[in-house]
Amino acid sequence: MSRTPVTKHDEGDGMTSLEMAPTNAGADGAAPLLEVRDLHVEFAVRDSVTKAVNGVNYSVNAGETLAVLGESGSGKSVTAQAIMGILDSPPGRIAKGEIFFQGQDILRLPENERRKLRGAKMAMIFQDALSSLNPVLSVGFQLGEMFRAHQGMSRKDAKAKAIELMDRVRIPAAAQRVGDYPHQFSGGMRQRIMIAMALALEPDLIIADEPTTALDVTVQAQVMDLLAELQREYNMGLILITHDLGVVADVADKIAVMYAGRIVETAPVHELYKRPAHPYTKGLLESIPRLDHKGQELYAIKGLPPNLQAIPPGCAFNPRCTMAQDVCRTDVPPLVPVTELDGTELPGRHSACHFWKETIHG
Amino acid sequence: MAEPTKLAKDDEPKDDATPNVSKVETVKVASEEEAVEVLDAPAQRGEPVLQVRNLVKHFPLTQGILFKKQIGAVKAVDGISFDLYQGETLGIVGESGCGKSTVAKLLMNLEQATAGEIFYKGQDITKLSGRALKAVRRNIQMVFQDPYTSLNPRMTVGDIIGEPFDIHPEVAPKGDRRRRVQELLDVVGLNPEYINRYPHQFSGGQRQRIGIARGLALNPEIIICDEPVSALDVSVQAQVINLMERLQDEFNLSYIFIAHDLSIVRHISDRVGVMYLGKMAEIGTDQQIYDHPTHPYTQALLSAVPVPDPDARDHRERIILTGDVPSPANPPSGCRFRTRCWKAEDKCAKEVPLLAVPERFKGVDTPAAHESACHFAEEKDVVGAA
Amino acid sequence: MTELVSGTGEPTAAGPVPAAPGAEPSVARVSQWTDIRHRFFANKLAVVGLVIIFLLVLVALFAPLLAPHDPLKQDLTQTLQSPGSAHWLGTDALGRDQLSRLIYGSRIAVIVGLASILVAVVIGVALGALAGYYGRWVDTVIMRVADVFFAFPLLIGAIVIILLMGRGVLPVVLSLAIFSWATFARLLRSQVLSVREMDYVHAAKALGAGQGRIIRKHILPNSLTSVLVYATSNVGIAIVAEASLSYLGVGVDPEVAEWGNMISAGRNFMGVKDFMWTYPSLAIVITALGFILLGNGLRDALDPKMR
Repeated sequence: MSRTPVTKHDEGDGMTSLEMAPTNAGADGAAPLLEVRDLHVEFAVRDSVTKAVNGVNYSVNAGETLAVLGESGSGKSVTAQAIMGILDSPPGRIAKGEIFFQGQDILRLPENERRKLRGAKMAMIFQDALSSLNPVLSVGFQLGEMFRAHQGMSRKDAKAKAIELMDRVRIPAAAQRVGDYPHQFSGGMRQRIMIAMALALEPDLIIADEPTTALDVTVQAQVMDLLAELQREYNMGLILITHDLGVVADVADKIAVMYAGRIVETAPVHELYKRPAHPYTKGLLESIPRLDHKGQELYAIKGLPPNLQAIPPGCAFNPRCTMAQDVCRTDVPPLVPVTELDGTELPGRHSACHFWKETIHG
Repeated sequence: MAEPTKLAKDDEPKDDATPNVSKVETVKVASEEEAVEVLDAPAQRGEPVLQVRNLVKHFPLTQGILFKKQIGAVKAVDGISFDLYQGETLGIVGESGCGKSTVAKLLMNLEQATAGEIFYKGQDITKLSGRALKAVRRNIQMVFQDPYTSLNPRMTVGDIIGEPFDIHPEVAPKGDRRRRVQELLDVVGLNPEYINRYPHQFSGGQRQRIGIARGLALNPEIIICDEPVSALDVSVQAQVINLMERLQDEFNLSYIFIAHDLSIVRHISDRVGVMYLGKMAEIGTDQQIYDHPTHPYTQALLSAVPVPDPDARDHRERIILTGDVPSPANPPSGCRFRTRCWKAEDKCAKEVPLLAVPERFKGVDTPAAHESACHFAEEKDVVGAA
Repeated sequence: MTELVSGTGEPTAAGPVPAAPGAEPSVARVSQWTDIRHRFFANKLAVVGLVIIFLLVLVALFAPLLAPHDPLKQDLTQTLQSPGSAHWLGTDALGRDQLSRLIYGSRIAVIVGLASILVAVVIGVALGALAGYYGRWVDTVIMRVADVFFAFPLLIGAIVIILLMGRGVLPVVLSLAIFSWATFARLLRSQVLSVREMDYVHAAKALGAGQGRIIRKHILPNSLTSVLVYATSNVGIAIVAEASLSYLGVGVDPEVAEWGNMISAGRNFMGVKDFMWTYPSLAIVITALGFILLGNGLRDALDPKMR
């Protein structure tokens, strides 16, 4: 039952699976809340196979925020859908891998067991709150339904609970607005309702997929603050999926950077921004303009993200990488622990680059 | 800023909400030919090429199916004024619903202004039609936000970039057009052999380059960019921004760069205007606005931007605004920001603050001495540049 | 294919991303039409539909060569013959050869089906485009008129027209067209309304393009496909409607070799001489199915969302 995080190498197919050493593992060495191991997800459309996720490993502890950073097509959302069990399948298919949640491999659970987990133990917040809420039902009804469906609560009690939840996420005049429909709320308020719905049954894990991308910057700050505060209060694990390096810096404890369906780098948040150990992360950090000074010409990563139906051999980033050598075009770089030059381990740090030493120390 | 470059002639705009903008030098023309000539004359560096005065756009709200009656209006843009100087980039920032995209459409004459003027080389383009308007169109072009809807999916890249030449045949003779299109593809960093492909064969960033090439085709003086990179991936955004900066130098362009991403706007802009609910809250150079903001809304907006620096999260002051932006159909009286402002007093509900250099900074040599529409303007460093 | 555009729930999150520009030119890209053709022919049902329609048109074209007998020639010594070697599909109460009537019947089906939809599409597209592009009172007037035609029962309308014009192919084509253009007008109008707001239309206006050019080059090409797809499926429905009119006695002349007439003639022999109505019914079903499959195939092949 209890698994101590160990690093295991599996030479089988040249793919190395590694556990991310948790940055704040419990003193008793308890298992992480969620652990994804060597996850592979494919989409088979007509006669082509799109390899969306190609061996992802990450873990989250209770009370911890893991940011999964990546651009479109990096596989960050697909991984989340696989964890939640809401992958569109077909065409989606988990080709390989394990997902341990509170000690059990949830991929082996029968569907009715998994359904019980969703909402009660793990919940998800989506980018587009308007299309995630049912437009013909009042928000109070939709919030109350969580309690009726999972806890068999009466209509009246469920409504009282719904109002309480709306108060929690600071929707003004909750008691008056409980009967309103989703379109009657502003974007920020709708996202709060989504958060309320996710929190309703006090789950242990929340996955937030670009929760503030569709919101204005001042509203974004409100919603992010609320989410972080509630996470602390309930001691939940939070997986924050985003492309925004700013949001990540604001709330994450640790980061996993994804590219073409793989984790290319993991690190505690402060370390990643200070000393990236993968050329892709480094390029991303250098390519964003700053708010506090004007700066010169932006650094731009050349080329485009790869076609997932034809991922380049070797390191998927090699055609865009300034450091690429012959080895990068032939061998897939394994995700290996990153150390100081003297060999001192850097806890929680891994890089999938043949030249991580040159990247971080050079 | 904005010292009057030339003395004004007789019919200057009246009742200006922004006392500090330069005087408009209107040019009287007798005929359409003369107007076209004036409009096509090249602008000089440092001269205002575009002067917007008290621009208003109200969208009527109607009721009824057959007999529509107006029951109100969405005040999308409600009296804004600014200048665009030749060769500069003016950034316009604001949250959704502030009216910044409507400003773009008004400048492009895609929407009819309810009131106000837009002077281009001394001609009010809101009142032009026919050949004179066509001459304006040659000189003011636009790059759109969404690379997936801004290119006609049933036209080839060659047809899309060549369409400007079909509409303005005098710009390029027929036999020369294919070469011109290929040149443009090369200029924006695409392979000229792509000329026969369709938009769906390109990625978002490449499509945006095609849109830029179309905008450049007529050799315009001004390009209005409405959120040109917000739909692109982070790693591609930098490529497109760099391209736009290079083109500005190469073709001597003036940009109006409308965006919600404050970091990108700072990077590309020489001056920045901050809009809130159809009004300009504050305008100044990038340094004045970002490092010395005096309007509370600008300060809140800047403080809310997440910075890609985890060390900043502990010492950065965040101004978290409460509530949402009010509806532009029913904006608050007086200052529009007062319902969310921590400084608001009775005066703010009664008097509309003018966009002007605040009294306390007048004549003082400080970056805080720029136009700000607040009764209680005061400087506050929220970005942490100091 | 950016995160901002594609929602989180979409399976397309893993969709194809074009390769890097530098690495590309070696791969010859297929043109849009080849692309569409490939998709269409990959769809087996669509090909079945196309084959059915192709055969139907061949039969209609070469009816005189294919029909073993004159479809109108009566032979009172050979009435109500069951299918056999002399008459493969038997004969009717007047001794006319059923197979020949079935073969000639395809001519009416093809002509009426295509002509009525063609007329309806022309009217519908013209009025729908006007309503959608100009809006305001033009829109109100056209769409209210369309509502009236939309709500008017086809049968009653057809009777009125036949009372005015007499029976025949032309009145049938006209009545079908008059009572189906409204659907095309509505469909095109809604397409025009959404295409009109596309940025490429704004871009064309910003370039100074005139209204004619905008409608011709930008709005129509992008709003017509759904109308054409719908029209293709509707040819089958028009054929069914045409046969129904004949069956009910308000279609073409009862003498004419036509499927509805044949079913009508077989009506009195139901349970006794079932071959009289089953074969023409089967012909109608297969034809309608053919057009519907073809329409569905076109839709899937043309749907920009699939690209």
